Amino acid sequence: MSMTNPVKRKSRWPAWARRGLMENIATALIAIGFLMLFQPFALSLYTYSFITMLAGTVMFIIVSKFPE
Amino acid sequence: MLNRTAENVARATPEPLARKVRGISDKGLAWLFISPTILLLLAINIFPLFWAIYLSFTNFRANRPNEVVKNLGFANYQRILGDQDIWIAMQTTAHFVFWTILLQTLIGFTLAWLIDRKFRGHAFWTTLILVPMMLSPAVVGNFWRFLYEPQIGLFSYVISFVSGIPPTSIQMLSNVSLAPWSIIIVDTWMWTPYVMLICLAGLRSIPEYIYEAAEVDRASNWRQFWSITLPMALPFIMLAVLFRGIENFKMFDMVNLLTGGGPGSTTEVASITLKRQAFESWRTGYSSAFAIILFVAVFGLANIYVKALNKVKQR
Repeated sequence: MSMTNPVKRKSRWPAWARRGLMENIATALIAIGFLMLFQPFALSLYTYSFITMLAGTVMFIIVSKFPE
Repeated sequence: MLNRTAENVARATPEPLARKVRGISDKGLAWLFISPTILLLLAINIFPLFWAIYLSFTNFRANRPNEVVKNLGFANYQRILGDQDIWIAMQTTAHFVFWTILLQTLIGFTLAWLIDRKFRGHAFWTTLILVPMMLSPAVVGNFWRFLYEPQIGLFSYVISFVSGIPPTSIQMLSNVSLAPWSIIIVDTWMWTPYVMLICLAGLRSIPEYIYEAAEVDRASNWRQFWSITLPMALPFIMLAVLFRGIENFKMFDMVNLLTGGGPGSTTEVASITLKRQAFESWRTGYSSAFAIILFVAVFGLANIYVKALNKVKQR
């Protein structure tokens, strides 16, 4: 019986599209959108808040299925 | 013994039913059991959500069901996201959510920490503190309206007794600067016990031997609090903040009963604006779009929060 370590197969999934990084980007988008929605400074920021938040939320749902 | 019981049950099953059941696999049986719940969820949660999404793109009015429904595309969303009044309602909501969560977490955790000391009669005090949470919001709203009365209210009397200001000049519900705080006080009074209960569960889950080890190492009480109590109770505190945050974004009953959004529109939170658009102006499509915007905001925030909670738990 050999005691060699099992060889890890290298994943073909690109490094830039790993779950950790992508989830962080999506989280940042949601947080920015949320702040834009409730900030009292500029109406234009409020106008674009929903689309920012929606993009972040959809991205989060998708990238949370990506491999780690 | 077990086999014999199973055989007896199988023998007692009526033949037509037994014939039907025999053909179903374990997986099929599991689906059979959960399908009523799934159907109920689809009917009362999923379908209304998709229906609201559909309505948000139309000019549908619930008071004119026979009128031709026109597709407006993203016009409702554009109107809401360019409306200054709704923008102000969002800021009012943020103000309420921030202060209620801050006060409820601070007071709730402090109460939980004190109750966890297990002093004489702590069970009685726990029950007494939990009473406001068990009351109906309608009862609490009416009850506090009386307490806030400038002429006969106990609240005004106590403030006047402490500060020397005449009670008639303490107009909690009709003063522009005091009205938002009157709602924050009531919400904090009602829901702090809930936060306390969750924090208490967190504090009770910390094993005693960790404190014993800290005492062996001569850690001070202050050090034990910052290095053991707070980090180990943090997931529970975060959970309480998440639950209260989601609830307070939808805060409607308390505001409606106490001020109805007034004076002027100083306490008009997003849910009050939504109700006015949906059931006073009867702009169902428009209010559906508004509801979807609020839903995405809360859903997105909950996603971030669950991610943060998992990170804290993994530490």
